[in-house]
Amino acid sequence: MTPLLSVDGLTLKTGEKTLVSDLSFSLGAGERMGLIGESGSGKSLTAMAVTGLLPKSIVPTGSIMLDGQQVVGTPERALNGLRGSSVAVVFQEPLTALDPLMKIGRQVAGPLARRLAREGRSPSRREMERDVLQFLDHVALPQPERIANSYPHEISGGQRQRVAIAMALACRPKLLIADEPTTALDVTTQAEILKLLDGLVRELGMALLFISHDLPVVATVVDRVTVLRNGRAVEEGPVRTVFDQPRHDYTKTLVDAARAFDNALEGTA
Amino acid sequence: MTLIDMRDVSFGYSRQRQVLHGVSLTVRKGVSVGLVGESGSGKTTLLRLLLGLARPTSGSISFDGEKLDISSRGFMRGYRRSVQAVFQDPYSSLDPRQKVRDIICEPLQSLRIPGFHGEAVAAALDAVGLPADAANRYPHEFSGGQRQRIAIARAIVARPQLVLADEAVSALDLSTRIRIVELFKRLSQTMTLVFVSHDLGVVASLCEEIVILERGQIVESGNTRAILDAPKHPYTQKLLQSVPRMPA
Repeated sequence: MTPLLSVDGLTLKTGEKTLVSDLSFSLGAGERMGLIGESGSGKSLTAMAVTGLLPKSIVPTGSIMLDGQQVVGTPERALNGLRGSSVAVVFQEPLTALDPLMKIGRQVAGPLARRLAREGRSPSRREMERDVLQFLDHVALPQPERIANSYPHEISGGQRQRVAIAMALACRPKLLIADEPTTALDVTTQAEILKLLDGLVRELGMALLFISHDLPVVATVVDRVTVLRNGRAVEEGPVRTVFDQPRHDYTKTLVDAARAFDNALEGTA
Repeated sequence: MTLIDMRDVSFGYSRQRQVLHGVSLTVRKGVSVGLVGESGSGKTTLLRLLLGLARPTSGSISFDGEKLDISSRGFMRGYRRSVQAVFQDPYSSLDPRQKVRDIICEPLQSLRIPGFHGEAVAAALDAVGLPADAANRYPHEFSGGQRQRIAIARAIVARPQLVLADEAVSALDLSTRIRIVELFKRLSQTMTLVFVSHDLGVVASLCEEIVILERGQIVESGNTRAILDAPKHPYTQKLLQSVPRMPA
């Protein structure tokens, strides 16, 4: 079976500088993979390349096949068809991902209306409102009516991230890319959002590409990981194997550091 | 010996926005304390009060038995020498136009500490694990972790009794974070550390005592190990359960 996403020999350059080098990985329908790396490893740029949202100054070479369509070198107009139906993204900072001047209800209605149009449906305004409330309810937002009528600044960071997830889900994408979706959140909120994301991805059968620098967070939601360093994949495999028996020194450094903090918490340091 | 004694301190930025409610805590000499809380818990405000950047609305703070009086120049001069800070973002907390030597020297100069400062700078650089020639370079030539080392060197150069660190490792990558935590751990053997953080793992690695803040109130405080092993307050329990762990 052809994978949903197949990245082959992806290289990203800006001028003479290579940001991502010869990266290859693939993701089947319903699979969950993590891209782990520290700052400057190229993990977010890879996600942007998959959605065709790279800044103009960064030139991709190699191949990215997403849902049967080549992304590298494809004009914007053709990519627009992929966005939403094949892939949707949840970004790190929900405050900048949402339009500050638009009420939440209208923001969620946007991608929902586009998906319904794609499916050849034209719901009435009433039906749309009902569906939007259902999506807000689905991401466990309290009082969906009140949230739908609020502006982004009127709700909390965790609630904003739930809205961003609701918008991505409204697209019913085959692949959900989550780029550090909980990094800006408090630890108790993070736990709730991870649980929500995990449950929804399973329930809707989406594939998940989860990008994070936080090893334990990645371990809670994915099955496989690729470790990136300075734009190169240094190791990949099932999350347990990579975290239990890291082969590359860099992975080992990361795993040891994460375990050291765990051990300090458990009192086994 | 008690270094900081905070008694029933409340603080509000306005009458409607009360941030701290009746907070009492003690920092003993040589015992590092972690202040843990989520956003809006009041941990940064608490640190601002300890730094003398704001005055409590009610209650009192004393340092080494003397009342922290931010209107007394004499007291504040001694206080500034005894208490130094390290902030979260090593990119914005260092002046990009100053050489590292001048950055580290600044507390010595503003406190008018006499003497040849070159040696003090060299000792501070050595203590944070940076080479002596770093003094002649500018902050942009250093990585995030190295910059945080420079900020720590600046904090310790005047040999303070107390170092207040506000999320001082949160902006760093994991592999760097663990090394800076090690550095703080080493420094905490010679000075007292108050470490503000949302990260329980970091506090558990560094601090003997822990204070858990929720919405401007202390919900639990005491020995770090005892609290992490058997948290009593539901909020502490929730916080501890929420920390993601590596798979066993």
